[in-house]
Amino acid sequence: MNIKGKAWKFGDDIDTDAIIPARYLISTDPQFLAAHCMEDADAEFPEKVKAGDIIVAGKNFGCGSSREHAPVAIKGAGVGCVIAHSFARIFYRNAFNMGLPILEAPEAAAAIATGDEVEVDLDQGLIVNRTRQQRYTAQPVPPFMQELLQAGGLMNYVQKQTADAKERTEC
Amino acid sequence: MSMTISEKILAAHAGRSELRPGELLEVAVDFALGNDITAPFAIEAFRRAGAKKVFDPERVALIPDHFTPNKDIASAMQVKGIREFAAEQHLTHFYEVGRMGIEHALLPEQGLVLPGDVVIGADSHTCTYGALGAFATGVGSTDLAAVMMTGKIWFKVPSSMKFVFRGKLRPWVGGKDLILYTIGQIGVDGARYGAMELTGEVIATLPMADRFSMSNMAIEAGAKVGIIPPDAITEQYVKERAKRSYRFYESDADARYERTYEWDVSAFEPMVALPHSPENVRLVTELPRIPIHQVVIGSCTNGRFEDLQQAAKILKGKRVAPGVRCLIIPATQEVYRQALRAGLMEIFIDAEAAVSTPTCGPCLGGHMGILAAGERAVATTNRNFLGRMGHAESEVYLSNPAVAAASAIAGYIAHPDAI
Repeated sequence: MNIKGKAWKFGDDIDTDAIIPARYLISTDPQFLAAHCMEDADAEFPEKVKAGDIIVAGKNFGCGSSREHAPVAIKGAGVGCVIAHSFARIFYRNAFNMGLPILEAPEAAAAIATGDEVEVDLDQGLIVNRTRQQRYTAQPVPPFMQELLQAGGLMNYVQKQTADAKERTEC
Repeated sequence: MSMTISEKILAAHAGRSELRPGELLEVAVDFALGNDITAPFAIEAFRRAGAKKVFDPERVALIPDHFTPNKDIASAMQVKGIREFAAEQHLTHFYEVGRMGIEHALLPEQGLVLPGDVVIGADSHTCTYGALGAFATGVGSTDLAAVMMTGKIWFKVPSSMKFVFRGKLRPWVGGKDLILYTIGQIGVDGARYGAMELTGEVIATLPMADRFSMSNMAIEAGAKVGIIPPDAITEQYVKERAKRSYRFYESDADARYERTYEWDVSAFEPMVALPHSPENVRLVTELPRIPIHQVVIGSCTNGRFEDLQQAAKILKGKRVAPGVRCLIIPATQEVYRQALRAGLMEIFIDAEAAVSTPTCGPCLGGHMGILAAGERAVATTNRNFLGRMGHAESEVYLSNPAVAAASAIAGYIAHPDAI
């Protein structure tokens, strides 16, 4: 699975209130949430971000609440993947469950700047910075997690598995 | 094999006699909960997966508390969906306005979450129940959906960190100050993925309300759980309330800890976390004169009866400073009733504070006390992130209830002794 886009850099301890403020948790619609993604950190982010772009952040990305609206807003905004020095625990789980690829890559998180053209190979755990001609490694996403991401999250994955099993039985 | 209390609870729920940090395992869940923000996603996922019935209608609680009483049409629609789901699933524990409370104050008070339990909540402050000696942690809505379906969840066994609090607490210093100090020392990711174990002679004499405040904010250090060894004080609290049987677990004397912190707290003074991070902790006495516009006393951190008592001690016979709004939010209907009977409500109203029905409300900038640009609040809540209580140019200072009440009277952040 490959992702290619422009990087948007944020700092340490980006909390879920920064990712999607609580005043917008009156909906579960990904497009509504996406329209307010990161707006307290950068008011123009929802307009500026393009499909496939990559959020790059420091330590403890996604700290704070358990709101799944956070990965949903980021994914809804078209962000292809989040690279960070480290992730908060609940956000880490939620991101995979929602089908948002995330990579812990301290070296990449430190080196990439806003505007850099970045390519990510999730199978290899490889991050290439085309702008700076640099390569960084991350922990590769295991095949099970990649299937989960490709299915669009945990529930779709579980459903797909159930459907596959049913199809096999019926054949 | 020696184990910590967290490891023992997980082992017991996974049918194992021993386990090690880092292992992945599937554990049985004793109780699961969601609120008006997280349950809608969970219900969507539950239905999308084709699930028909929750694993046990007595062990799934849905508590609309964040935007209730419904603040607008959209939140009313969300709660309506939850109400319908609760009826369809015959859930025993759906809490309507008038009977409800803030989830993390309500469930322990009602004896629904108990020592030795594994509790999963689609709310990050689910770790509050660690104060009962339970393994309780927050998850997202999809994980809650899976638990509602199966009654199980997978976990990585966290490594444990031990915190030993020694000495004797001075007046006006409580659990909130201890946990703020802890977060200030280790940082907002200082216990990331880990199990915090809060121990020592100070904790052993600490009332339950203070213990709940401490465990509640373990997530603010990134922890999975913030567990306190259950003892006679725990027993006193749960014995009259428990709706099921419960069990006390304790760490072995030679259990392994990734790190141990030991602090003498005898000289501690009340603390405040400055904007915009709970780790930005200072002593109240160190601060310059910081004028404020609002005070919030309530939330799952400090909305219990004992918290309101602290506030009332300060507010009695005084008036909230001109230009300051003081909001007091009992965490549950039971806390409200207790406060009424104890005469606290009259003290609050005489002091010109506004008393609200239970709600999370302003803590997360939901409703009932949103800040404008340039406004500053002292709150007994748990987070002071940028924009948390309203406008991105507003500020939240976290404190204990006595400091919040003293600040309401002074009009600036004040030590209770200054009043």
